[in-house]
Amino acid sequence: MESSKVIHAFYNDDEVLMDAVKSVKAAHHHIEEVFCPFPVHGLDKAMGLAPTKLAITAFFYGITGLAFAIWMTNYMMIQDWPQDIGGKPNFSWFSNMPAFVPIMFELTVFFAAHLMVITFYMRSRIWPFKEAENPDPRTTDDHFLMEIPVHNNEAEIKALLATTGAVEINVVDK
Amino acid sequence: MSHYEAPIREPLVLGDKSYHDITEDIAKPIEGAANKNWYIAFYISLAAMLWGFGCIFYTVGTGIGVWGLNKNIGWAWDITNFVWWVGIGHAGTLISAVLLLFRQKWRMAINRSAEAMTIFAVFQAGLFPIIHMGRPWNAFWVLPLPNQFGSLWVNFNSPLLWDVFAISTYLSVSLVFWWTGLLPDFAMIRDRAVKPFQKKIYALLSFGWSGRAKDWQRFEEVSLVLAGLATPLVLSVHTIVSMDFATSINPGWHSTIFPPYFVAGAIFSGFAMVQTLLGIMRKVTNLEDYITRMHIEYMNIVIILTGGIVAVAYATEFFIAWYTGSPYENYTYLSVGAATGPYAWAFWSLIIFNIITPQLLWIKKFRRSFIITFIISIAINIGMWFERFDIIAIVLSKGHLPSTWWRFEPTFVDVGIFIGTIGFFFVLFLLYARTFPVIAQAEVKTILKSSGEFYKKRREQGIPTKPAINTAKSVGKPDKSDKE
Repeated sequence: MESSKVIHAFYNDDEVLMDAVKSVKAAHHHIEEVFCPFPVHGLDKAMGLAPTKLAITAFFYGITGLAFAIWMTNYMMIQDWPQDIGGKPNFSWFSNMPAFVPIMFELTVFFAAHLMVITFYMRSRIWPFKEAENPDPRTTDDHFLMEIPVHNNEAEIKALLATTGAVEINVVDK
Repeated sequence: MSHYEAPIREPLVLGDKSYHDITEDIAKPIEGAANKNWYIAFYISLAAMLWGFGCIFYTVGTGIGVWGLNKNIGWAWDITNFVWWVGIGHAGTLISAVLLLFRQKWRMAINRSAEAMTIFAVFQAGLFPIIHMGRPWNAFWVLPLPNQFGSLWVNFNSPLLWDVFAISTYLSVSLVFWWTGLLPDFAMIRDRAVKPFQKKIYALLSFGWSGRAKDWQRFEEVSLVLAGLATPLVLSVHTIVSMDFATSINPGWHSTIFPPYFVAGAIFSGFAMVQTLLGIMRKVTNLEDYITRMHIEYMNIVIILTGGIVAVAYATEFFIAWYTGSPYENYTYLSVGAATGPYAWAFWSLIIFNIITPQLLWIKKFRRSFIITFIISIAINIGMWFERFDIIAIVLSKGHLPSTWWRFEPTFVDVGIFIGTIGFFFVLFLLYARTFPVIAQAEVKTILKSSGEFYKKRREQGIPTKPAINTAKSVGKPDKSDKE
């Protein structure tokens, strides 16, 4: 990143932060990041973040799990070693299918849930032994931090932020 | 903004709390030292757990013959305990998933501990089928693995195998759901930890959570989708447990109402255990402002509903057993035969603890009383244990052939393993209560303005929740006193 200087503006109220984000966006400044102690509803829209596609991935992971369950029950119970168990029909997968519904359901949920969470962890870069990247420890307590890159307009941004109710404004080298 | 809630609703967070106060309150039990009562409870639980482990080693070393079961009553205390513990493990994910879908904000104060309880209870449940195998080192045979026995596969037609899949999916998904919710709270503890070792541990546990806006967006989406997946999962688990019985050909077991009735019973017993645990926890961790009388009352209402479903199911079973006119049905667990036979004490324990006692909760004063709630929750825990004992032991004690009639007498090993799992459960829960953020503080912060007592009062006075911005204030240096 060539832009080395960023402004860290701190807020201590979610509603003030929302208004601040809106006014900074209205003034056509780029907001690099906002660190929050808890989810602020509507913040992603105000910042112009694209909606997340994780729910769609979960759907496809679920389909994968279902397909795997069908393949597995068919291979093990119908193809590889068919057995007469309690008189349940094993001539074809379909005739034996009602007994496999619980397995199909559980594996659908298993695949969808775990693979979606793994995708979330990978996309948001969170995993064991990962170093935290929030610039200030207060952002997990009660402070919100807005990070704005500076391109020779430090005074202008600072003046704007001062009107938005920031409780602290720092210029830091990134 | 969405910070509006009808004034008629009771506040969910009591007192003049700011966001920082919530952080302080949740972090306090972790950062402070444990008191004497905690140590007493911990050592008693630890002793019970070790006793139970001793009994497990004795069972595995000698054989299942050390238990009281026999060739007619092949399932007894162990499977009773298994079903009981799985049932208890149903409240957590119900609270965090189903109540999330229904947008019940009161779940936020209790979901973390209820989920912890779920996970610890499912651990205990899982122990019993594994010990009951007799050769637990062969437990992996339940998995569909290629093998040296002529590639003999597991039997996907069997409800016992469905159980393996259902319970392992339930345990692992609940664990992931719980841990994902814990990440921001571990990060909060990490960022305020003073001791380097503590900081390292919580940094590891928090997976480097930073709280970016994008992370939160994904976090909320993942929570919602996981809730959507976990809701049918919760219902499926006890449905499948009930199929262990319902797909058999025993009178008293092959009952089509078992799945919904077991699910209702599981939620009933799960909420009772949540009441037992949180009734104590809110006191010892000083979290009475978060787990309020109203939370207790709402859970009691769920108990009345699910307890009512269970009572109707009992009545149905009893009526059908009589209405069939079949002599075999007269030996089922809910029949005249059971009520007057050698297991009458177990039958009446079930009726008194599970049906009669919970009816006290119809009275609002009792529903809002901590002490009465606690007593009733213990009664339900006992009653639900008897339900499973009755289903298993009474039904099996009288089969179709009078020559197979037998009675079950537990040995000290049966009792010891059961006590051991209770000890193990409390050891885990007590350790959790000292080291984990026991309330989902990030979530509680989101409802502070809509449902906190302080903000609700201010709104009634016409004061906006948004603090006024003082632009003249000198910015550039931290203003710690600014606590709006």
